[in-house]
Amino acid sequence: MTAGPDAPLLDVSDLHVRLPGRGGASLHALRGVDLRLARGESLALVGESGSGKTLTALAVMGLLPDGAEAGGRIAFDGRDLLALDEDGWRGLRGRRIAMVFQEPLTALNPLQRVLSQVMEPLLIHRLMPDRAAARERATSLLARVGLDDRQARAHPHQLSGGQRQRALIAMAIAAEPDLLIADEPTTALDARLRVQMLDLLRELVAERGMGLLLISHDLALTARRVDRLAILYGGRVMEEGAAAGLLEHPRHPYTQALWAARPRLGAGRDQPLHPLKGNVPALAQLGDGCPFAPRCPLATTRCAAEPPRFDGRLACWEVSS
Amino acid sequence: MKRAGFIAGAVLTALLLLTALLSLVWTPWPPEQIDMARRLAPPGAAHWLGCDQLGRDVFSRLMAGARSAWLVGIVAVGIGLIAGTALGLLAAARRGAVEALVLRGADLGHAFPALLLAILLAAALGPGMTVAMAAIGLHAVPSFARLVNGSAKSWWARDFVLAARVAGQGPWSITWRHVLPQLLPLLIVQGTTSFALAILAEAGLSYLGLGTQPPQASWGRLLAEAQTLMFEAPQLALAPGVAITLAVLGLNLLGDGLRDRLDPKEQPR
Amino acid sequence: MSAAQPSSFPTPPASSPATSTATSTPTSLLRVEGLGQRYAGRTVLRDIDFTLSPGESLGVIGESGAGKSTLARLVMALERPRFGRVLWDGRDVNAMPTRERRALRPRVQMVFQDPYGSLDPRWRVGRSVMEPLLALSMSELQRRERVAEVLAAVGLEPDAALRFPHQFSGGQRQRLAIARALSTRPRLIVADEPLSALDVSVQAQILALLRELQRRDGISLVVVSHDLPAVEVLCDRALVLRGGEAVEQGPAARVLGDPQHPYTQDLLAALA
Repeated sequence: MTAGPDAPLLDVSDLHVRLPGRGGASLHALRGVDLRLARGESLALVGESGSGKTLTALAVMGLLPDGAEAGGRIAFDGRDLLALDEDGWRGLRGRRIAMVFQEPLTALNPLQRVLSQVMEPLLIHRLMPDRAAARERATSLLARVGLDDRQARAHPHQLSGGQRQRALIAMAIAAEPDLLIADEPTTALDARLRVQMLDLLRELVAERGMGLLLISHDLALTARRVDRLAILYGGRVMEEGAAAGLLEHPRHPYTQALWAARPRLGAGRDQPLHPLKGNVPALAQLGDGCPFAPRCPLATTRCAAEPPRFDGRLACWEVSS
Repeated sequence: MKRAGFIAGAVLTALLLLTALLSLVWTPWPPEQIDMARRLAPPGAAHWLGCDQLGRDVFSRLMAGARSAWLVGIVAVGIGLIAGTALGLLAAARRGAVEALVLRGADLGHAFPALLLAILLAAALGPGMTVAMAAIGLHAVPSFARLVNGSAKSWWARDFVLAARVAGQGPWSITWRHVLPQLLPLLIVQGTTSFALAILAEAGLSYLGLGTQPPQASWGRLLAEAQTLMFEAPQLALAPGVAITLAVLGLNLLGDGLRDRLDPKEQPR
Repeated sequence: MSAAQPSSFPTPPASSPATSTATSTPTSLLRVEGLGQRYAGRTVLRDIDFTLSPGESLGVIGESGAGKSTLARLVMALERPRFGRVLWDGRDVNAMPTRERRALRPRVQMVFQDPYGSLDPRWRVGRSVMEPLLALSMSELQRRERVAEVLAAVGLEPDAALRFPHQFSGGQRQRLAIARALSTRPRLIVADEPLSALDVSVQAQILALLRELQRRDGISLVVVSHDLPAVEVLCDRALVLRGGEAVEQGPAARVLGDPQHPYTQDLLAALA
């Protein structure tokens, strides 16, 4: 199926991933994830630990760990990524699909200046006629992300966490990828910097018509800064839709609970708190039914036994789209 | 693959230990019994590995050598481990000047040539197995001290140790109850490695005449005695050489295997 | 709940002897004067002043590297300050002999950020929860009873005491850490980023637990956090740190609702 101009940039259908577990048993980590991303659009995959959000991103990049088995279909501009071998990936990774990782310090080469690291993708994929042109392009890319000449010539350890993350972003967009996957920095950056990073990404996406897939555990932070949200829990998509609409009217009990669980600034010291009961399930503990059933206020026996189908917007027996 | 190494190491080490223990109660022939009639007898039914230049049964001497190896290993590693661990823990608990003193001392001790130490001790106390054990043991102290200090320091920085301080526990209590238990895997692994080194060192010292003295049997001693007879009766050198190799190999494999099994579960996050 | 409280539980002090020449009022639970710290020539904390009365809670806000954790460690007397003083119940904690300081520890406890690191992985959790009680003269039976009490107070089963940390989830481990901090009936608990390492759906549980403990037992909290809504829920007062200095402090509602300093305004804008 070739992709026409209106076809989604990324089309994930019924993605299953099984990971090797202890003692030979395999863990069913992703249980049928469906996602769609168009050009110029930003989608945030939001979930807690074990939700499968990082694994989904890894599957899209072809970076699943050894021993992992993937099923379903990941169509990138019409091509099935799951069917690719390493040679096939070489042309895509870093060139048409780029990833910005969580931990900038480990993702950057400590021995190389930042400028040359940004030049690398340009040279490897032969996007510039010569080194001088590459250097010029790299400099302007770094300037675009807010790093000046002096910072460009520095080594990674000489820069702050925020600056390193910007450098990573510059590296990622250097080859003008169609799809950018960003694993949101968690403890590495503070709220203010995270917000700046997200805003920068949004601008770049709009400027270049890229698709942005953002991985995050922070609903509050990302919700207002992306076009669409997909809420994951226990390896499944619980709810998906336009960010603004989802915030105003969350329909899935999990989304509602997540939203209600956060205290509100300005609501005062004695504001009522609505904690979710129970714990986030570990992969090995997930049963057959809806993963949220043990903690869901609306759960029925059907919910515990049968996983609800995801209809493109919602996966719930008790609430309809 | 890894598992095979561990099992092989465990088997070899167990074999070594059993041989040593067995030699206390039984050897095919008395290791020190001289019988010039059987001088340099080749391997046969009666003497499985033949006899040496004094007609002593090689196999029995080999078994007795295993006993020496174990004894030296245990005592030397014991000295190194206990003294070194104590110093390392002290340095990590006290920090500051105490730590600087211990570490500089360890640097000096480590730099002091082991052989020179053995020679000095032999000159002062007379050569023998005791001197060998003392020299090897003392030389192992700085390595243990540095290793323990490094590891203990990282455990001291952990939150649960801070929590123990908040709970009002003093440094000795914390060292004994929190830090030391975390070091056990490290000590076990390092202990097996040091054991192998001790066996090699003892063999070397005995070969040079500074360790076990005749008529006591040790593998190094056997090697030394076999030296001049290399062309006449190569099995005299081969037997102790193979024994040393197997013992060291077994201990190293065991150590590696233990490290793989014990450490990853306790990786600090 | 057990009937008789062991007489060894810390009670409010009688007027303190001449171990300090503090001019602080006898009612202040915690007082920090001109506090500053340096590491390897770098000043990480400068000129911090605040006072906490019994039952009052303070939120220390700021980004990473601002000195929040250093402040927490200084308040807990886990480090000696380069400048200034830390006073517990009016007594200079760093000017007293070690033995005396250790005797005061039951009154001031701590909850750490990382639920995976704050419990000894080789100890059953009951033993970890009991550890602060070892500083008090109680019988073993009384200690065990107290452990069961605090486990119940944080919503855990008594038989949890027999298990090991790796058998619990992050949220449960944080509850265990709180139980440990509660064991000696402290007047003050310093919580260093108690929520940030937890999943979002679990954070609210721990937040609710902490608030409940404040209300029920009148415990003072010093909450170090970058989570502003959580600080609003737990704290009467707030102190904003930036680069080791206090740029703003005052009633939490005012600092968070109507910030005066541009940095604080910036921090709040990021959350909007």
